[in-house]
Amino acid sequence: MNRYLWPLVIFVGVSLLLWRGLSLNPREIPSALIDKPAPTFSLPTLHQPELAISRDTLKGKVWVLNVWASWCVACLHEHPIISQLSGKIDLVGLNYKDTRSEAIKWLEQNGNPYNVSAFDQAGDVGIDYGVYGVPETFVIDQVGKIRYKHIGPVTQEDLDGKLIPAIAEIRDSGSKG
Amino acid sequence: MPLVSPAKVEIVQFETVEEQALYKKLINELRCLVCQNQNLADSNAELAIDLRRKVKGLITEGSTYDDVVDYMVSRYGDFVMYRPPFNQSTIFLWLSPAVLLVLTFSVVIFRRRSAMDQNVSSNFDQSQHAKVRELLKDTKDQN
Repeated sequence: MNRYLWPLVIFVGVSLLLWRGLSLNPREIPSALIDKPAPTFSLPTLHQPELAISRDTLKGKVWVLNVWASWCVACLHEHPIISQLSGKIDLVGLNYKDTRSEAIKWLEQNGNPYNVSAFDQAGDVGIDYGVYGVPETFVIDQVGKIRYKHIGPVTQEDLDGKLIPAIAEIRDSGSKG
Repeated sequence: MPLVSPAKVEIVQFETVEEQALYKKLINELRCLVCQNQNLADSNAELAIDLRRKVKGLITEGSTYDDVVDYMVSRYGDFVMYRPPFNQSTIFLWLSPAVLLVLTFSVVIFRRRSAMDQNVSSNFDQSQHAKVRELLKDTKDQN
């Protein structure tokens, strides 16, 4: 019995592994930053270069950092979804490797859901946040810890099923540790 | 190995040969996260260019190999390393070749042994043995 059963067992095992591999998204890299303090930054705002915004500007609040750019096609898809958060939570844009004029024009055309956008022309803050694909969305808690990260465009399902529940949970529980 | 010739990469000059060598080592070992099957040295994606610039900046500031790796891993996770580190989540990855090797050998040895055992201890019972002896005796007599 053994002799004939073993190849079958191995075949099923390998099949299961491969099947699982098919359903994994290689672009979804687990963030090293979850539950770590959000990297500090200080950047000029998009609309008023003389004004600076930093991580600690929003200390004590739960807020969302959304990385976007006018050259990013997926950001346009995400835009109406992210805009639903406007007014419900402090929503900060991180305008990533963009030009000021293009970015402002993009917001005028598509609407500006952000309380404020930080202007990261060189992409250095992006590197600090481990950004490798725009758009990316971070939820940061009251003490400045990153509690949730979404890579790629947020869909309606992501918003209703993941992002909003994550925000609610952080608001309820306060900060961990 | 990349099938196409590597993208043209900007020339980076360092003050010392050691720094140059460290830079070369690092950009060969760090992954470009946008184009996942390329390292920083091979890729001309925006992010790869930025990360190369970052690596250069860190080295110029006096960072060691470990400093730069720590910097990248704390932001992008272990995935940024082409050679995954040995830790809890990669233990299976690192040990599976050895485990498979040992498993294969044990199976081979086990099967050999049981095959040999089968030769020695036949399934014949006492009366069958007697019968065989009888038959063998007959053939001897015929000769």
